[in-house]
Amino acid sequence: MQQLAQKVGMLAISGLLGTALAQTEVSYWLWDANQKPAYEACAAEFNKQNPNIRVKIEQKGWDDYWTSITTGFVAGTAPDVFTSHLAKYPEFALNNQIVDLTPYIKRDNLDTKIYYPGLYDLWGKDGKQYGLPKDWDTVAIVYNKKMLREAGVTEAQIKNWTWNPKDGGTFGQILARLTKDKNGNNALSPRFDPKNVVQYGWVSPNGGGYGQTEWSWLAVANGFKFNDGPWSRKYYYDSPKLAETIQWLADLGLKRGIAVPFKDLPTSGGVEPLFTSGKAAMMPQGSWMITYFRDNTKFEYGWAPLPIGPLGRKSMFNGLADNIWVGSKKKEEAWRWVRFMGSPACQNIVGSFGVVFPAIKSGVDAALKAHASKGIDVSAFTTVANTPGATFLFPIADKASEVSSIMQAAMDSIFLGKVTAVDALREANAKVNALFR
Amino acid sequence: MTSDDPKEAVHTLPRGWRGRTLSREALTGFLFILPALIGFVLFYLIPVFRAVEISFTDWNLLRPPKGVGLENYGRLIADENFWHSLRVTGLYVLYNIPIQTALGLFLAVLMDRVVRALWLRAVIILPYLLSSIVAGMIFVWLTNPQLGYINAFIQGLGVERQPFFGSPDQALASVAAVNIWKHMGLTALLFYAGLQSIPRSLYEAASIDGSSEWHTFWHITLPLLRPVMAFVLVTSVIGSFQVYDMIAVTTGGGPVDATRVIVWYISENAFNFLRMGYASAMSVVLFLILIAFTLVQMRLLRANQSDLG
Repeated sequence: MQQLAQKVGMLAISGLLGTALAQTEVSYWLWDANQKPAYEACAAEFNKQNPNIRVKIEQKGWDDYWTSITTGFVAGTAPDVFTSHLAKYPEFALNNQIVDLTPYIKRDNLDTKIYYPGLYDLWGKDGKQYGLPKDWDTVAIVYNKKMLREAGVTEAQIKNWTWNPKDGGTFGQILARLTKDKNGNNALSPRFDPKNVVQYGWVSPNGGGYGQTEWSWLAVANGFKFNDGPWSRKYYYDSPKLAETIQWLADLGLKRGIAVPFKDLPTSGGVEPLFTSGKAAMMPQGSWMITYFRDNTKFEYGWAPLPIGPLGRKSMFNGLADNIWVGSKKKEEAWRWVRFMGSPACQNIVGSFGVVFPAIKSGVDAALKAHASKGIDVSAFTTVANTPGATFLFPIADKASEVSSIMQAAMDSIFLGKVTAVDALREANAKVNALFR
Repeated sequence: MTSDDPKEAVHTLPRGWRGRTLSREALTGFLFILPALIGFVLFYLIPVFRAVEISFTDWNLLRPPKGVGLENYGRLIADENFWHSLRVTGLYVLYNIPIQTALGLFLAVLMDRVVRALWLRAVIILPYLLSSIVAGMIFVWLTNPQLGYINAFIQGLGVERQPFFGSPDQALASVAAVNIWKHMGLTALLFYAGLQSIPRSLYEAASIDGSSEWHTFWHITLPLLRPVMAFVLVTSVIGSFQVYDMIAVTTGGGPVDATRVIVWYISENAFNFLRMGYASAMSVVLFLILIAFTLVQMRLLRANQSDLG
């Protein structure tokens, strides 16, 4: 009897050990701490469907993240799967560090038409596919409702505002009306004193080489294009369309006192506090920041669509996907996790957390419901995403870090008033294009 | 060995043994430095050789390195950004060292000659205990032209607000100022320790001879502090040349390229542009510069001798 009990016990133990050993662990990294809970919920659901695979999620801050991944490729410590970015994955693909998913997609007969148009193609090159889209983002303008009312600007006016680089359109006028000097004059008044501004109409960093939230929407609406499409090896930063846009933006801070001067911006830790502390009435933002403003704004605020430029309303349309490292020893399990994250099951979960807009329509509906229940109207982001021709894609190309570094210095010097946009951009464009020779 | 008494142990050994092999005392000493030695070899010596090796290659981390001989060094000579970053670093050292050393010395003499209170020493060392990240962040916000207290104070005095970190003309000096604030406590403490080794009788004699405080400082304190001075200068010059963390939190090398110091530029090349070979070549050059500076300083300050005799 005792022997039997012992045997049963041993069987039970070996059984437990057996399942523990049979469980394969897939490591997964992401950089956005806000999204971690959503993907933990996804991983739990995934584990229910695939009891023998456990996903271990790790989050690291943006700068650390990329250093750890690139050095991890060499040291053999990179994660099996990681969230990737359009500015980073081209380099990994060109150096054969990430897995081409095409064979898996074909084998599993995956429907790749379920994603928002354009997103799937962002993650492929020459018939190879490196990721399944998981989310997207667009740009809108966050505004302080009280300041708007005080300036006598209606919400209807900012729904259809216009912009052009000559006189700034109604967008420029509204920013000026929202700007007040210490005597209470706004920036349209001839008595306005740009040296003693107590409330600015606009605050934004300069955006460096991509200006995703800072200038790309104005420049593209004015006829600028970054390059000739994905993987192009030539940039057009010397375009006069870009120069006049950038000069108009820079002058808001340099000459007109409407934007917080660039030299007054905090050099570290983001400029959002200048909006949330009530120093400035408006700022351009990406949809991934919706929850930041929900949690950090202590006054009434809203999201306005981007102004309509000479070529219409244009927002950058960007998205993330997951890459599998070529060095992963568990590619099959890694693929199953990637496939799950690209499926409605996971994207509906992620959507319900309301942190990002998933790449599948049903996930977006879940996100909209989550925001509506908190009383936040985010249609400024979704309308532009759903309007044909209103979006343009992130300029995917090799050497993004070097391009960024050159362009950041150029934009800094323009926004500091050291050089004109025309001169700085011409010179920077020559340096950028020299990288590809 | 059964005996714990080293004298006895030596006694029992045959004549001449001590001369040929390690004495037990030397062995004990060696064991004491062993942990430090392991760290030195593993984390300093081997990486230096590796860096020299990598500097002769073209390596982007993701593909196998390719030998290119001296190409990286040739490129470095032609790279205006490299020279710019060296100039910025040199300027940073010039801002830092004289002020930090003078203030440290002043505080140390104050602690030694005027207020000899433990709490004062504690307060003076406090900024050093903050991490650079925290110190940098605090000052970025304190000096912010729109929201910071420092600018509110300046404007209260009727002076126009200053951009500090936000302007290419002030950014480097601002970083240096935070660094001085953070490090002068440590410098002061080192000088203070050095002051303790100067015999009080010398000061008594000086005061009997009617020497003024200033005169005593120049003719007794300063010359006798020379070995400590050498230590402080050598370590703080090296530290200033290698500034990185403070730049990373406060300015990220900007605005434009006003604070792109050499270590920042090296790390940009290594980890953002994935030019490991080129970054290593620059590290090797920096290493040689630092060795040269250190040797010159040691020589000039005769660091290994003391006037106390």
